[in-house]
Amino acid sequence: MATTAKIETGGQGPAEAMRETLRMILADEAVSAVLTARRTPGGGAVMPALIADPDRLDEADPLAPAFPLNSARLLGRLTRGESRGMIAAVLRPCEIRAFVELCKLNQGSMDNVLLLGLDCPGAFANAGYREFALDRAPSGVSRDFLAAFLPGGAAVAEAEGAPPLARACRACEHPTARAADCMIGLFGEDPEKVMTLVSQTPKGQALINRLGLPEAGRELIESRTAALETLIETRTAYRDAMFEETAKATNGLEKLGAFLSGCVNCYNCRVACPVCYCRECVFVTDVFDHEPWEYLNWAGRKGALKLPPDTLFYHLTRLAHMSAACVGCGQCSNACPNDVPVMELFRMTAAGVQKAFGYEAGSDPEAPPPLSVFQEREFSEVTGGVD
Amino acid sequence: MSATSEEFQPTIVAFVCNWCTYTAADLAGTARMIQSPNVRLIRMMCTGMVDPKYVIKALLSGADAVLVSGCHPGDCHYINGNYKARRRMKLLKEILPRFGIDERRLKLTWVGASEGNEFAATINEMTRLVRELGPSEAATTMVI
Ligand code: SF4
Ligand code: SF4
Ligand code: FES
Repeated sequence: MATTAKIETGGQGPAEAMRETLRMILADEAVSAVLTARRTPGGGAVMPALIADPDRLDEADPLAPAFPLNSARLLGRLTRGESRGMIAAVLRPCEIRAFVELCKLNQGSMDNVLLLGLDCPGAFANAGYREFALDRAPSGVSRDFLAAFLPGGAAVAEAEGAPPLARACRACEHPTARAADCMIGLFGEDPEKVMTLVSQTPKGQALINRLGLPEAGRELIESRTAALETLIETRTAYRDAMFEETAKATNGLEKLGAFLSGCVNCYNCRVACPVCYCRECVFVTDVFDHEPWEYLNWAGRKGALKLPPDTLFYHLTRLAHMSAACVGCGQCSNACPNDVPVMELFRMTAAGVQKAFGYEAGSDPEAPPPLSVFQEREFSEVTGGVD
Repeated sequence: MSATSEEFQPTIVAFVCNWCTYTAADLAGTARMIQSPNVRLIRMMCTGMVDPKYVIKALLSGADAVLVSGCHPGDCHYINGNYKARRRMKLLKEILPRFGIDERRLKLTWVGASEGNEFAATINEMTRLVRELGPSEAATTMVI
């Protein structure tokens, strides 16, 4: 049975209450360090940091609307191999889902980590964050953000005088993470007044017991559930409209080419993707080191060869290789220097692929990745009814 | 398989397993079975080696259809390569039709080493079907 504990925000604002809670968690004897978003020294950005000294938590800012990268791969690095302590990781739900996928591929381990998921109101793309943070004191950004985008605990996608949330966030129907040990509850009640800590696993439950936080009343639990339902509904509608629009724009190879026409094959989208985990992507190996005469041949065959070549080949291959694991974080689009709507394409395809295999990326740590297993009798439609 | 000269001659790229379908193709050839000349055979050690990117590359390079063919379930020399191939084909059939590649241009079959006639029938039928579908978009337009 899950426990919902109450964190009184009491005038200091949600960001400070969050830091206070992290101090308590870092003081817990089981926890060696906290992985969380932090304002970079000297200001300018918000980046993940591994914080071991409670004094350094003053700069922690997990509620900041910045999402410069998906930390799942970093957390994989911090948990794979010999560990000498437990890390409490404060992550967005899509970071937790990506981390779960990486663990299944032996690129991380859930053993020495305590996953603290944020009820995620969404974040800005990089440019939007810079715009929002521009004329605000760094310490006030997250408070202002929550006041504008989570008024009274009800998440909204647009607010007066602010850039809109990243499209991936607006289309995200998973604003909580099933695999988190605890969720930090922001939905349903004004975070200026109160937040919650909800246990979802025995590990999370044990933490809440040790922290000795007061239990939240039924009302708080119910208002969070209700707010979550409304939010999921809104986002699902946005997502479906996005899928429809994307499908229409890409339902032929020539149209897909137009959709991806700004792509310069820089592969930033693949570098930013938390679940594209290969050490060396085939697209940067000598498989693609062609001889000059080969280019001339290709150009000759159709009269012209677009350069750099193989743009559709790259994206379709990446879709085949990782769409079963796509968690919809939108970092591909965030990383693209040419505003190619990569996330739209990947999310749309991933939805179909994951449905075809009855799989939801990152939600259940026990569910095997669909391309890593098989049944002796299945998908007989693929072989024309022959098993 | 007498095709008139104006008839569309599709190109079918076939990734076939060395241990079964490739042998069957060989048998069909030596037995002089009548088969359409539209197939380009690529011999693989197992269908489990056919990465989706090979299929995608073939289609983007203008193949009108791709056939993957291997050992019957239970007969794979590497135990389960053909089962993996089946999931990958399922994956490709889920992804590629979104972008206008007709699902019927992708085929997976099990053809054992002694089934020369089955191999000839498979490619004859596939050629007929692809001829009906016409040339693929990648063969007739510029893909980037
Ligand atoms: S493809 Fe894009 S949205 Fe999907 S997991 Fe990778 S970076 Fe995130
Ligand atoms: S980041 Fe953008 S330009 Fe670079 S490979 Fe991806 S889609 Fe193409
Ligand atoms: S050996 Fe023939 S399909 Fe695996």
